Amino acid sequence: MVMTQRGKTGALSARLREQLVMILGVFAALCSPLAPDVMRSANAADQESNNITTVEIVYVKEDRERLPPLSLLDFRPPNEGYDGAKLAIDDNNTTGRFLKQSFTLGAVIGGKSDELIANVVAEAKSGVGFFVVDATAETLLALADALKGLPAVVFNVGASDQRLREEDCRANVKHTSASNAMLTDALAQYLTWKQWRNVVMVTGPQPEDKLYAASLRHSAKRFGLKLLAEKEFTYEPGSRRADGGYEQVQQQIPTFTDAFPEHDVLLVADVANQFGAYFPYRTRNPRPVAGTHGLYPTAWHPASELWGATQFQNRFQRLAGRTMNDLDYAAWMAVRSIGEAATRTSSSDPKVLIEYMLSPKFELAAFKGQKLTYRPWNAQIREPIFVATPKIHVSVSPQPGFLHRVTVLDTLGIDQPETKCSAFK
Amino acid sequence: MNAALKIICATLVASAVVASAAMPAFAYRAFVSNEKDNTISVIDTDTLKVIETMKVGQRPRGVILAKDGAWLLICTSDDNRIEVYDAKTYEFIKNLPSGPDPELMEIHPSGNPLYVANEDDNIVTVVDIEEGKILAEVPVGVEPEGMAVSPDGKIVVNTSETTNMAHFIDSTSHETVANILVDNRPRVAQFTSDGKLLWVSAEIGGTVTIIDVAKKEPIHKIAFEIPGINADAIQPVGMRINKAGTKAYVALGPANRVAVIDAKTYKVEKYILVGQRVWNLAFTPDEKLLLTTNGVSNDVTVIDVEKERAFKSIPVGRYPWGIVTSED
Repeated sequence: MVMTQRGKTGALSARLREQLVMILGVFAALCSPLAPDVMRSANAADQESNNITTVEIVYVKEDRERLPPLSLLDFRPPNEGYDGAKLAIDDNNTTGRFLKQSFTLGAVIGGKSDELIANVVAEAKSGVGFFVVDATAETLLALADALKGLPAVVFNVGASDQRLREEDCRANVKHTSASNAMLTDALAQYLTWKQWRNVVMVTGPQPEDKLYAASLRHSAKRFGLKLLAEKEFTYEPGSRRADGGYEQVQQQIPTFTDAFPEHDVLLVADVANQFGAYFPYRTRNPRPVAGTHGLYPTAWHPASELWGATQFQNRFQRLAGRTMNDLDYAAWMAVRSIGEAATRTSSSDPKVLIEYMLSPKFELAAFKGQKLTYRPWNAQIREPIFVATPKIHVSVSPQPGFLHRVTVLDTLGIDQPETKCSAFK
Repeated sequence: MNAALKIICATLVASAVVASAAMPAFAYRAFVSNEKDNTISVIDTDTLKVIETMKVGQRPRGVILAKDGAWLLICTSDDNRIEVYDAKTYEFIKNLPSGPDPELMEIHPSGNPLYVANEDDNIVTVVDIEEGKILAEVPVGVEPEGMAVSPDGKIVVNTSETTNMAHFIDSTSHETVANILVDNRPRVAQFTSDGKLLWVSAEIGGTVTIIDVAKKEPIHKIAFEIPGINADAIQPVGMRINKAGTKAYVALGPANRVAVIDAKTYKVEKYILVGQRVWNLAFTPDEKLLLTTNGVSNDVTVIDVEKERAFKSIPVGRYPWGIVTSED
């Protein structure tokens, strides 16, 4: 198992952290509180005297076990997600300055699920109303249930699992992370628009691969693609740096794809980044690869300059020293949603803000060329989705011709008539 | 449409003959910034043809005239400066400092200074155009965009796209004196000629807010509805209000239309179909023609103001964005 270093504990090496785990059993307890946390209390005290109202937001990040990715380029940046929230705090505060509102960002980073939840509940009991959470579906659900009855709301920024928007939806959870269904629908719409209808699929063995593959299957059916065959790609997660890789892979992938019937596009479901990058340019027949690799759907593209995004990307680059990914973007949307609600209601009361966000009055400008709103039946943000290659977007879905009686954005993801979510009824 | 054009041309030619040397030539010129091409297309508004294509700095957007029309000022956003050209000879004169990423600008009615919105830096920069010096930097909201100066020169207004406000700045003290919340992604701000009202367009909100300048309060909000056009595609950007204060014209972006509004009752009277992704608008000085820049179809639509009809489209460079017309 390899632990990637994330969060604000970067000063501790992974090895040291593991030693700490052994020594204390709870390394999370050692993760020092973040600087913003300290500043939060100081600011709050200062500002009350000036009639400035403060909205407290806490970023929550679970330490997840992840396999190291195939490519060096796919290692996750430290502070991913948190940096997006930080940028939105800065944006909110620039506006807040004119309205006597202040926004603060605390953080609860790392630790086992139970401790993480206990820390968050403690923050909620001390009056924090907003939690921007990057965690697995299991932890997120446990967290939402632990917060039940408290005036607090969770923004899911890191879990694309469909069930969180469907049978396991919760009234105190909003989703600024795009769902798997939105992502795969965006891709399927584009393939349909191209009339590349005949597809085959390669699925990885990880649970998240299977969820993504299920979503691809659903989207293919929904938009009239023909899924002609599927194969599972099995592998032993070995040493990613083993030498002599390319000769074997160059032989292996054509053999693996040999049995597929004639097709237009080969779909890949490899969320864990373990093998998908092997497929483009190595298949038996020269066919484009799409899904998690090749042509992929994403809620944010680090090179997008569409709809005035240039300055947004520049601001992020200056703050984080890197490009923005989809997790940063989801966190930015979460914190900006809170800011937008606070601006429009002139309130810092979580109850007022939460109510406003679900009302038809709420709209968010988020560099997607149209206003974004939350679906009232499951609190999922509606948004256009990029269909992209790593360097640049290829298109943006919804595609022309896909119509909807409410908003074309609802052609992406599970729609109201099909939803299994009943928490908002 | 051809008939309309012929009538107008005939009228113009006839008047020109009658006026002859006694009056100055009244074929105005329009300067159009082509964001992608790094050029300015100069259009003769009499012949409705491009008579010159000027090569300028990178990503030209906002364009205005200064020094009684002698200078053409261009925000070259990616070069982080304002370029000054001779508006008659099209020769380069000098660069003005602008602060980073200048997008739109407006000049004080006295002719100096210049107020520039710095989209990437949350400030409005005040520039002396003679001395080429920055006089002040005023902090505003996130992504400053639109600029307007009241006719009496006392108030400078900036809109901020992510903060969603119109910031009122005192032109003497350079302090913000009011911050008025409007709908999402405000773009262009425009005073009525009497200075009593300020119109602000909100691109993502899809509305235009009318602000009472003395009270510093919104008094009305105009919404748009076009049969067959998705509401999300109605994105108000450029605006012009006629000198009489009777009519206003609002460019609606990807809805490919210009709304004609009764500026007294705020009723939308008509939608005029123009080119694709209409950004900004300019009247000819006689207010007989209204020209639109169309960012996707790479052309300028010419509207006959009296007839409320588009009658001509003029191909220009790629991604035409800003537009200003000269008195001569």
